[in-house]
Parts: sequence; C-alpha cells; structure tokens
Amino acid sequence: MVLLEDKTMIQIENLTKVYQMGDSEVRALNGASFSIEKGEMVSIMGPSGSGKSTLMSIVGCLDAATSGTYTLDGESVEGMGESQLAEIRGRKIGFVFQQFNLLARTSALENVMLPLTYAGVTGKERKVAAARALERVGLKERMDHHPNELSGGQQQRVAIARALVNNPAIILADEPTGALDSKTGVEIMNLFQGLHNDGGQTVILVTHDSFVAHHTNRIIKLSDGHIVSDEINPKPLKAGALRPDEAA
Amino acid sequence: MLFSENLRIALRALRANKMRSILTMLGIVIGVATVVALVSIGNGATSSITSEIQSGSSMLTVQAGRSQRGFGGGSTSSYLYYADYELLQRILKTGVGKIMPTFRSSYELKYGSENFSSSVIGVTTGYEELNSLTVSQGRVISSGDEKSGALVAVLGSQTAKDLFSTLSPIDKIISIDGTKFKVVGVLESKGSGMGSADDAVLIPLETGYSKLFGSTAVQNNKRTVSSIIVPITDVEKIDTVSAQIEFLMRRSHKLSSTDESDFNIMNPTDMLNSLSSITQTLTIFLGAIAGISLLVGGIGIMNIMLVSVTERTKEIGLRKAVGATRNQILSQFLIETMTLSILGGVIGILLGVGIASVFTLSGLITAVITPGSILMAFSFSMAIGVFFGLYPAYRAANLHPMEALRYE
Repeated sequence: MVLLEDKTMIQIENLTKVYQMGDSEVRALNGASFSIEKGEMVSIMGPSGSGKSTLMSIVGCLDAATSGTYTLDGESVEGMGESQLAEIRGRKIGFVFQQFNLLARTSALENVMLPLTYAGVTGKERKVAAARALERVGLKERMDHHPNELSGGQQQRVAIARALVNNPAIILADEPTGALDSKTGVEIMNLFQGLHNDGGQTVILVTHDSFVAHHTNRIIKLSDGHIVSDEINPKPLKAGALRPDEAA
Repeated sequence: MLFSENLRIALRALRANKMRSILTMLGIVIGVATVVALVSIGNGATSSITSEIQSGSSMLTVQAGRSQRGFGGGSTSSYLYYADYELLQRILKTGVGKIMPTFRSSYELKYGSENFSSSVIGVTTGYEELNSLTVSQGRVISSGDEKSGALVAVLGSQTAKDLFSTLSPIDKIISIDGTKFKVVGVLESKGSGMGSADDAVLIPLETGYSKLFGSTAVQNNKRTVSSIIVPITDVEKIDTVSAQIEFLMRRSHKLSSTDESDFNIMNPTDMLNSLSSITQTLTIFLGAIAGISLLVGGIGIMNIMLVSVTERTKEIGLRKAVGATRNQILSQFLIETMTLSILGGVIGILLGVGIASVFTLSGLITAVITPGSILMAFSFSMAIGVFFGLYPAYRAANLHPMEALRYE
C-alpha cells in the first residue's frame, strides 16, 4: 500500500499580527489564510504597508503571529519559543535578502558555512557542504573571495548558496533582485527558476515588482493585511524576458 | 556552538577594528599595569622598611625617663646607673648578646680654628658593629683602648667633615672640652636612619668616665649611663627579655607596684608593627587608586562594545536569521569583550612587571612582585570583561531579528 504523501509545505490559517504603537493598535495582518505545496514557486506581492513584510517575517519564523495557526513542513510553529524558532530557521528556512547581508571581511566559503556553524555542523563536513552549495550557484572559483571582491550579482549568489546550504524546506527571498541591475537580476531569477524546476525547491519570493512576480507560478497579493488575490500564473515568464515597458 | 568558533569570530571582529581594539584594550592595560606595578612597589617599600628596622635593630634599648609621658616628669630619680647595666649583665643570659652601656653628652670640639659643639658618645667595643656602623678610614674602638683608658676618638662622617673639611683626620689631635683625644677612625655616613652617628664622636666609655664626663656622669654618688643596649640573639625571645628587664629594673629602682617605671624600653618590633601597618595601608591605597583606573578601563570597554553592537545590528540580525539562538549571540559578544579584557590584562601584567623591574634596576626600591598580585590583577580584568561585557552582549542577544535586519 502506498501512503499518500502530504504535499503541504506551508499551512496558514487566519493569521493576525497586531503591533502596539503607543496607545493605538496597528493590525499589520488581519486574518490571512493560504497554503503552499512542496515544490511551488510563489510570489507574495503588495505595496509597502500591505503587511507583506510582516507576513514574510512570520513565514520566516523571525516573528510570531498574534493569532492564527502556522504549520511549516509538518511542524506547528505557533507558540514556539525564541530558541525553538531560531532552530527552525536554521533547519528549514533559507533567507535571501535584498542587500545580500554577507559578513564583511569573511570569505564566500565562510559566509556560506555560517548556518551550518549554528546548526552544529563542524569540520570537514561543513566545508564540503558549503563548497557544494557554492558550486550549485556557479561560484566554485570564487570561494575564497571576500564580499568586497565580488560583484553584486556574485554576492547575491553567495547569499543564495548560504540559503541552500542547510537543504531548507523553503527559500524565502525578500526583493532578491531589488539591489541589482536588470541584467544581473535576470541571472538571479534564472538561478531561482533553476532551483525550482530542476531541484524541486520550494521558493517564496516577496516583491512589490509585478514583473518579477510574473516569473513565478503563483501570485498572492496582499493589501491592508488581507489577501486580495491568490492566482495561478499558468505561463510564468522565463528569466530574460523583456519587461513590458521595454517590449513596447 | 563551539567555544573556539566564538573565539575565532571575536578575534576577527577585533582585528577588523584594530585601532579601536587597541585603544579600548589600553584602558585595561594601563589599569592592570598600575595595579601590578603599584602593589609590587608598595610591597617592596614595606619589606625594605621592615628589613632595615630588623637588620640594625634586633635589640632593646633601655633609657631613663618615663615612656610616652614625655620628658621632665619631675622625677629626681630618673637616671640609669652603671649598676643597672651590671645587674642586667649579671642576670640576663639566654637569647641576649653583649649588653652595652653608653653615655652621651654634648661637648665643645676643637681643631685648629674650628670649634663647635657635638654629641660625644662613650661606647664599649662592638657598639659600631651592633649599629651597622663601619669606618671609612682608620679603625673602630678596640678592647685595648677600653682597658688602657686611651684618649682616642672615632668621628662621625659629618663631624669629620666639619672639623677637618678635606684633610685626613686620622692621627690628628682634637680637643673635646679641653681634653686632647687622638682621632683613630672616621665612620662611613649612614644617613639619618636608625643608629646613625654621622654628627657624633665616639670615645671609649671608660676613658669618658675617667677623663671627660666627670661629675655630669655621677648622680647620688653613682655612675650614670644614658642607655643600656641589650642585643637580642633570639628574636623570638624579645618580649620575654623585655619583661625580664622591666622586672629587674623596677626591683633595682625600688618601685612599688603602683609606681610608673622611671625608664623605658624601646622595642623595635613595636615600631616595626606600626610602620608596616602604615606601609600596608599605603599599598592598599595605591592598589585602590589603580583599581579605579581599571574600573575606568572597564567602562571604556563597555562603551565600545555598545557602539559595536549598534554598528553590527545587521550582522546580529543575519546571524539570528540563519539560526543563531540568543545564547549563541550572547556568548559571541561576551567572548569578544573577555578577549579584549584578558588580552589587555596579560599585556598589563607584563607592562606592570616591566615597570616594577625598572624601579628595581634603578635602585630606588626593590619591587616585590608576588604571584598573588598578578593573579588578582588577572582575575580582576577577567571579571571586568564579564561584568562590562554582559550588558552589551545582552543587548545584542535581545535584538529582534527582523528589526535588526531592517536596521539602517
């Protein structure tokens, strides 16, 4: 008998997040619900102030929701303490940030080794895994370079390698092409699509740029803390496609 | 996470801001160096004073007059007699060296046109040795001089200079209160320390009684002495001997149990105790001042670490995002502070030992470096690392990962 594999990666129900700003309450998220399956490539879109960043930090286990439930890869996250959240982040989530956030004066290899260090991996095993991750993003030759010796695109690749090194359940990328020129942005989008198509990696892309969002298979739009649309994008753009304004 | 991993991160962070790390460390370096140097020098001063008193002075000196109550108590019987000396010499045996009576009085000295008044001390053989006095020229008073009642004198260095300036005084005839004495020796200068005889003249006691002192040394038809020196060969017995002297002298002076003693016994250990308590207080005081500078150094470390935490907010956010727990961040920053303070402590100890050694080499004072003071300085600098590192580390560990990542 074949057991039905649970294909759900993220299950979010009625999530709210309330910030206390002095005397007034700010509801950054107001009852958001959705689920993402394993191997999906999804964008979360919305203008600034839409709750997009709040949602990302909760999905990334950087912050806890005020109410609602969140199950990540079969583990119920709500009610977890700080150190449990840290452990979940280290094990299941690979972050990619707009500003790369690499450690200065630290080689690419050591930057990629960082999550393994906190996960308790040491010695040769750690080095081999980091080198393999750098190879996946095509930076095998640049392992010993420091961030200031790498171009923006290369730095973002190092950051992606760092996100991949722990074999995370999801890659959470926050405006990953926002700080790059369009040509390098294309390279990075290409890399994400490769990870998704060839590796079956679950990728969540947080962006305000609808052109970037249209490279993914599904687009969730947020506004005022609500999900206003959740649509399948049947024909995702291939990396390298021209922007509509450029095509015109 | 391994300790070595955190140490590596700490060293990298400190290297990244070399100048800042060095300047921050300097506070601790100076603090620790001052503690080590001042405490060593203080200990050196204590032990040099102690040994000075101990060397020239394992002896009790009996003098006429009441102790502590000042002079001129109106007591007519406040004299020490030669008979007292004879009594002590006869009875005191164990733990006691050759007991010496002295008589001291002031007389006019004359040589050529020079003439001034000086203290003349009638002494017995061995007086110079007991007081660590040595001759720079000639010889000391011999037992032959004592027996024959020879008219010889040994001049203190200052007396010799005043009387003869650059001439050699040996074999010159000087006049003391009109009596002619031959100079046989000149004492080495001893400064103003204990038992100095720089501006005195030593003559044989017997000679003094028969040829010089005359009636000034006679009271109630008995020869008097100025002091009786009782050298102690066994320091352990000093208090016993002192009590014995007190008992014998009171009996000989026919004092009733309610009378105060009409003599006093100078015990160098009393002086030693009070002096060493002074120098110890001084050492503690110096140590406390140095401790304050260490405290200031610690505050400097805390200040820089707080700046560093603020500067590295993004790094902290990233570390948390990739799985660092609170405790891992806490220990990272704590280890960084402790690396600074311990490194500063070690350099400070070396510097302090160096400063103390320079003092020793210069001959000013022999600094005494004890393992205790080094250990204390080291543990103090380590404690400062923990104490002043804890708050910045705590701040770093408590940063919210999302806010830290967003920090500009």
